[in-house]
Amino acid sequence: MNSFSYNKAYDVAEAVADIQEHEQGKFIAGGTNLLDLMKENVMKPDHLTDINRLDLADITENEDGGLRLGALVTNADTAWNVLVEQRYPLLSKAILAGASPQLRNMATNGGNLFQRTRCYYFYDTTTACNKREPGSGCSAINGINRIHAILGTSMQCIATHPSDMCVALAALDAKVNISGPNGDRTLEFADLHRLPGNTPHLDTNIAQGELVTSIDLPPGNFTKNTFYLKVRDRQSYAFALVSVAAALDMDGDVIRDIRVAMGGVAHKPWRRRDVEQSYIGKVASTENFRELAETMLTGAVGFGGNTFKIALAKKAIVRALNEALKTGENL
Amino acid sequence: MKTQYIGKPVSRVDGLAKVTGSAKYSADFKVEGMLYGYIVSSGIAKGRIVSIDVSEAMSLKGVLQVFTHENVSGLPWFSIKYKDMDAPTGSPFRPLHDDKIVYSGQPIALVVAETFELARYASSLIHVEYQEETFTTDLVENLGNSYKAPSGKIGFVQPKSRGNAEEAYEQAEFKMSGTYQHGAEHHNPMELFSTTAIWENEKLTVYDKTQGVSNCQFYIGNVFGLAYKDVRIISPYVGGAFGSGLRPQYQLFMAVLAALELKRPVKVGLTRQQMFTFGHRPVTMQNVALSASADGTLESIKHEAYSETSRFENYTEIIVNWSGTMYNCDNVKLKYDLVGLDMYTPVDMRAPGAVTGAHAIESAMDELAHELKMDPLIFRLKNYADEDQTEGKPFSSKELIACYREGAEKFGWTKRSIEPRSMREGNQLIGWGVATAAWDAFQMPCRAKALLSIDGKLAVSSGTSDIGTGTYTIMTQIAAESLGLKIEDVAFKLGDTNMPLAPLEGGSWTAASVGAAVKGVCEDVKKKLAKMAVKTKNSPFYNADTKDISFDSGMLSDMNDGSKTISVVDLMRLAGVNSIEETSTSGPNPINKMKYTFNSHAAVFAEVKVDEDLGIVRVTRVVCAVAAGKILNPKTARSQILGGVVWGISKALEEESKMDHQYGRFMNHNLSEYHVPVNKDINDIEVIFVEEKDDIVNPLGIKGVGEIGIIGVAGAIANAVFHATGVRVRNLPITLDKVLQIAEDDHNQVSV
Ligand SMILES: Cc1cc2nc3c(=O)[nH]c(=O)nc-3n(C[C@H](O)[C@H](O)[C@H](O)COP(=O)(O)OP(=O)(O)OC[C@H]3O[C@@H](n4cnc5c(N)ncnc54)[C@H](O)[C@@H]3O)c2cc1C
Ligand code: SF4
Repeated sequence: MNSFSYNKAYDVAEAVADIQEHEQGKFIAGGTNLLDLMKENVMKPDHLTDINRLDLADITENEDGGLRLGALVTNADTAWNVLVEQRYPLLSKAILAGASPQLRNMATNGGNLFQRTRCYYFYDTTTACNKREPGSGCSAINGINRIHAILGTSMQCIATHPSDMCVALAALDAKVNISGPNGDRTLEFADLHRLPGNTPHLDTNIAQGELVTSIDLPPGNFTKNTFYLKVRDRQSYAFALVSVAAALDMDGDVIRDIRVAMGGVAHKPWRRRDVEQSYIGKVASTENFRELAETMLTGAVGFGGNTFKIALAKKAIVRALNEALKTGENL
Repeated sequence: MKTQYIGKPVSRVDGLAKVTGSAKYSADFKVEGMLYGYIVSSGIAKGRIVSIDVSEAMSLKGVLQVFTHENVSGLPWFSIKYKDMDAPTGSPFRPLHDDKIVYSGQPIALVVAETFELARYASSLIHVEYQEETFTTDLVENLGNSYKAPSGKIGFVQPKSRGNAEEAYEQAEFKMSGTYQHGAEHHNPMELFSTTAIWENEKLTVYDKTQGVSNCQFYIGNVFGLAYKDVRIISPYVGGAFGSGLRPQYQLFMAVLAALELKRPVKVGLTRQQMFTFGHRPVTMQNVALSASADGTLESIKHEAYSETSRFENYTEIIVNWSGTMYNCDNVKLKYDLVGLDMYTPVDMRAPGAVTGAHAIESAMDELAHELKMDPLIFRLKNYADEDQTEGKPFSSKELIACYREGAEKFGWTKRSIEPRSMREGNQLIGWGVATAAWDAFQMPCRAKALLSIDGKLAVSSGTSDIGTGTYTIMTQIAAESLGLKIEDVAFKLGDTNMPLAPLEGGSWTAASVGAAVKGVCEDVKKKLAKMAVKTKNSPFYNADTKDISFDSGMLSDMNDGSKTISVVDLMRLAGVNSIEETSTSGPNPINKMKYTFNSHAAVFAEVKVDEDLGIVRVTRVVCAVAAGKILNPKTARSQILGGVVWGISKALEEESKMDHQYGRFMNHNLSEYHVPVNKDINDIEVIFVEEKDDIVNPLGIKGVGEIGIIGVAGAIANAVFHATGVRVRNLPITLDKVLQIAEDDHNQVSV
C-alpha cells in the first residue's frame, strides 16, 4: 500500500472540491473493494476523500412514482427496503445474490457501481494486464479465463464487470445522478459502463472526480414476474459465472414487456433491448425463451476456459424466464 | 477403575480461552521494541536476480534494514544444514541464499521497519531486475520426464506389486480403465503463518505457528549455528495447519535472521497471497485399470500415479499403495513416479496421498461395478480384504464391514436404484454414491512430564501441538482418568521446546503417541502414590497391598473396603511430600508392529442433487461411518470427521489452486477466488463411530481421527454425480462446466 492523504467530506460540494485538488484522488465509501486493491498495490490513490458523512444515505420516492436510492445506502439496506422489495423485487433479489451479509452491510450502492473486475491478473501486479497497466498486454486471453467475458470483448481485455446489483439496475432502466466540478448530470444506466475496446483501463463513463449521488429507478410494472438467477461455483459468496436478471410484464400468457440482462458475460451488464422488443406480444413459452436466448448470445466468443459460458448462458436465460413466470403464479 | 472421562463428550478445555480471545496465537505476541518484517516475493518463476535496488525503501525513516541475498552471509553453505525433520530427500530451499529464483513467489527480500505498515509500503519501493529463464510447471506436459519416487521421506513406503496384473486384465471379462486428476490445493488455515523472534542474553525465544516446536528448534539451531538449548520455540495455539506447519516455513527463518542481526525482537507474518508460496497438495495424474470376473471377483488392479514435485526436493506420499490393501486381489501392479517442475516442493496436506489415491481407486471401483451391473457396495463387500495382502499380515482390527452396514442403514442405501439417471425431483437429478477410506494408525515415541502438587493439582506437559484438533482436551481427559483425578484439577500444557520431546503433530498419530506418554507418566505417578500410601505410617493403607488401591476423584480407596480412603492431598501431606514429578517415554510395541497392520477405516455415503440444465452439484446428505478404535472424546472426534467431510466436499466440488503456466504462478491466491465451502454448501452430515476394540494397536486402543474423515468423500461424491447424471467426471473439482460436458478440455469426461 502506498501512502496517501485523507479527508472526510461533509457535503457533496466539499467532496467534489476536495478531490479536485489531487490528481489521483479517490472517493472511499464502504471500502470493501478499494482497500483490497490498495493493499495489493493495484490502485495507488494519492488521496482519499471519505464520503461516508454525506447526506446520501436515504431511499426516497420520486414524483414520477419511482425511487431514488442514495449512493451511500448500503446494499443490505437497499435490498431489505420495503419499497424496493415491493416495487423492484428484481433488485432486492440481485443484491442478495451478491457477496456475503457482512460485505453487503458495508458495501454502498455507489461503490457497487464502481467495483472493479475480479480478473486474477488485474489483482496480481506481477502479471501483464491492460486494465491495470495500459499497453502491458492481457494475460487472461491465453491464461486462466474461466471467469471471463464472452460478449463485447476486445483483444485488449476480456474482463467482466462482477456486480449483481448492476445487472438488475440495467434491466430496470435505472439512471445515475452525478455531481462534478462542472455541475450535475444524469446518465442512463446503459451508458454508465463501457466495453473494453482499446481503453480497457476505463470501466465507466464517469470522469475522475465525479461523484455519484444517487440512482433513480423509473416506475414500472415489473413487480410480479421477476427472477434473478446466479450461476456460480458455490452456493454463496462467489461471483457469477453467468447471471440473469429476468422480468416479465404479463397479459395472460402474452408478454406485455420483457427485460433480460446478463452478468458475468461482459465488461458491463449485457442487455439487448432490440431482442427484448421483438418478444413483446408473443406467448411466454419455453420455445420462445430458447429462441430469445439464442439471439441474445449472438456474437459470443469463448477463449477456451470460458467457452462453456455460451451454452450455459442460454440455458440460464431460459431457466430465469421460466422461474420469473412461476414466481407470478405463487403470488 | 470406572471410566469417568475417556469416551465422554468433554467440551474443549481451551474453548473459553479461544472464544474470549485470551488464547494467544503466534501473531498475538507483542514485545517492547518489536520490529516488523514484510517479505518481498519473486514475480518470476525461474531465473536470476540481476539487481535488487533497496535504496528507496531504505531511505524511508523507520526502515531499519532490507535483507537480501546480497547482504545475508555467514549462513551454512551446505544445504543439509537446512534439512528439517519432515524434509523429503533432496536439497532444501535456502531463503536469501543466492541470486537464483527457483519458483514464483519465492521470498527474495525482507524489509524490517518500526511498523508493519511502513515495512509493507517500503516493500513496494524495492526494484528488482530479473533475468528470466524458461520454466515449466505443467505436470501433464512433462510426464515424459517422470522418475521413480525415491525412498527416504519419513513414513514413505515403496509400492509393492504382486501376481500378474497385465495378464489377468487381458483375460478378464469385465474391465475398466480411466485417468483421474485433481488440481493443486493449498492448506489455507485461517491463521496466517507468523513468527516473533526475540534475541536476549545470547538466547533465542521464538513464538511460531508450527505443528512441531522441536522441528523448528532443530532447524533454527542448524541454520543459524545456535546450540539447541539456546533456542526456545513456543507455540501454544495454532489456528489450523493441516500439514502446512509440519515444516518450518520461511517467515521463521526471516524473523530469526532479522532478530539476530538487528538485536531487536522481530515479527514477520505472511500475507494470504504468500500462503500460496510454500507447498501444496501436488497435482497428480493417476491411471487405474481394474478387471473382474462375472461374479464380481476382482481379477486385477493396476494403479499408477504421477505427482509433481520441485526441482530440488522429492516430495513423496503414499498414493497407490492403498490399492494393494483396500481389496482382496491376487494381481496388483502399482507404480508411483515423480515429475520435477519449477515450483516449490509440495508438503503434506490432510491425509496426504490417501485422499488422492482413494479418489481414483474408489471411482474406478464404482466404474467397474457399473460395468458389472452390480451394486457398488455389494461389489466392495465381495472383494473385502480380511487381511493386508501387501504385507501378508492380519489387521490389528478392522470393522469396515460394520462401517458399511451401519452407514448404509443410516443412509437408506437399499432404496438406491442401480441405473444412473434414474432418480430425480423436477429438474434435479439425484445420485447416491459410496466410497471406502483407509488410513494408518501410527504411534510414535513420545515423552511427557507430570507434576502433582500438594494442592492436588496435576500439570502434565509434552511438546506437542494442538492445531485445533482437541489435543488439549483429550490429553486432559487421559491424564484425569489415568490418575483418577477430577478433570478440573488437571492442566495439560503443550507447544514449548522446554517441555518433553513429542513427535511432529501429524499423520493422526498425536492422540495415540502423546496419549500413551500421558497415560504412562500418570501411571508412574500413580505407582508412586500407591507406594507412598502403603509406606506412610498413619495412612489407612499402611502395609497394605498396592494392588488393592483404586484411584477415583482425587481419592485413594480400598477396592475391597469402600470405607478405607484417603485423598491424594492428605496422603502427600501425611508423607511430607510437596510434589511428585515424573517424566517418561512411551513408544510403539515393535513386535506388534511387525505382526500386524494398523489401519483405521471409513465408509462414506453421499447424496447429490444435480441441476440438469445448469450442472450445479449440491451435496445434500453425507453419512460417514468410521472405525478408528476407541473414541476418546466423541465430541471432538465428531468435529474432526465433520471437518474432514466438509473438506472432502470442497475437494470434490470447489477447491483448486489455479496455476497459470504462462507465469508458473498460482493465480487465485486469495480466499475470495480460492473456493472452499460456505455454510450454504453444507447440508446434512451424519457421523457414526462403529464399535472397534483393539488391544494390539496401542495401550489406549485408539487409532486417530484427524485424516480418516476426508479420504473417501471425493470418491463418494464423484460416484454420486455419475449415478445422478450418467456423466463420469474424473477430474477434480467437479465444477458445473465439467458436469455439463461443455468444458474445453472434455477429454477427462466420459458419458454412458
Ligand atoms: C469477497 C468479496 C465478494 C464479493 N462478492 C460480490 C458479489 O457476489 N456480487 C457483487 O455484486 N459484489 C460482490 N462484491 C463486491 C461488493 O459488492 C463491492 O465491493 C461493493 O459494492 C463496493 O462498495 P463500497 O461502498 O465498499 O465501495 P468502495 O470500495 O468504497 O469503492 C469502490 C469504488 O467506487 C468508488 N466510489 C464509491 N462510491 C462512489 C460514489 N458515490 N461516486 C463515485 N465513485 C464512488 C470508489 O472511489 C472506488 O473506486 C464482493 C466483494 C468482496 C470483497
Ligand atoms: S482480461 Fe482485462 S483485466 Fe484481465 S488481464 Fe486482460 S486486460 Fe487485465
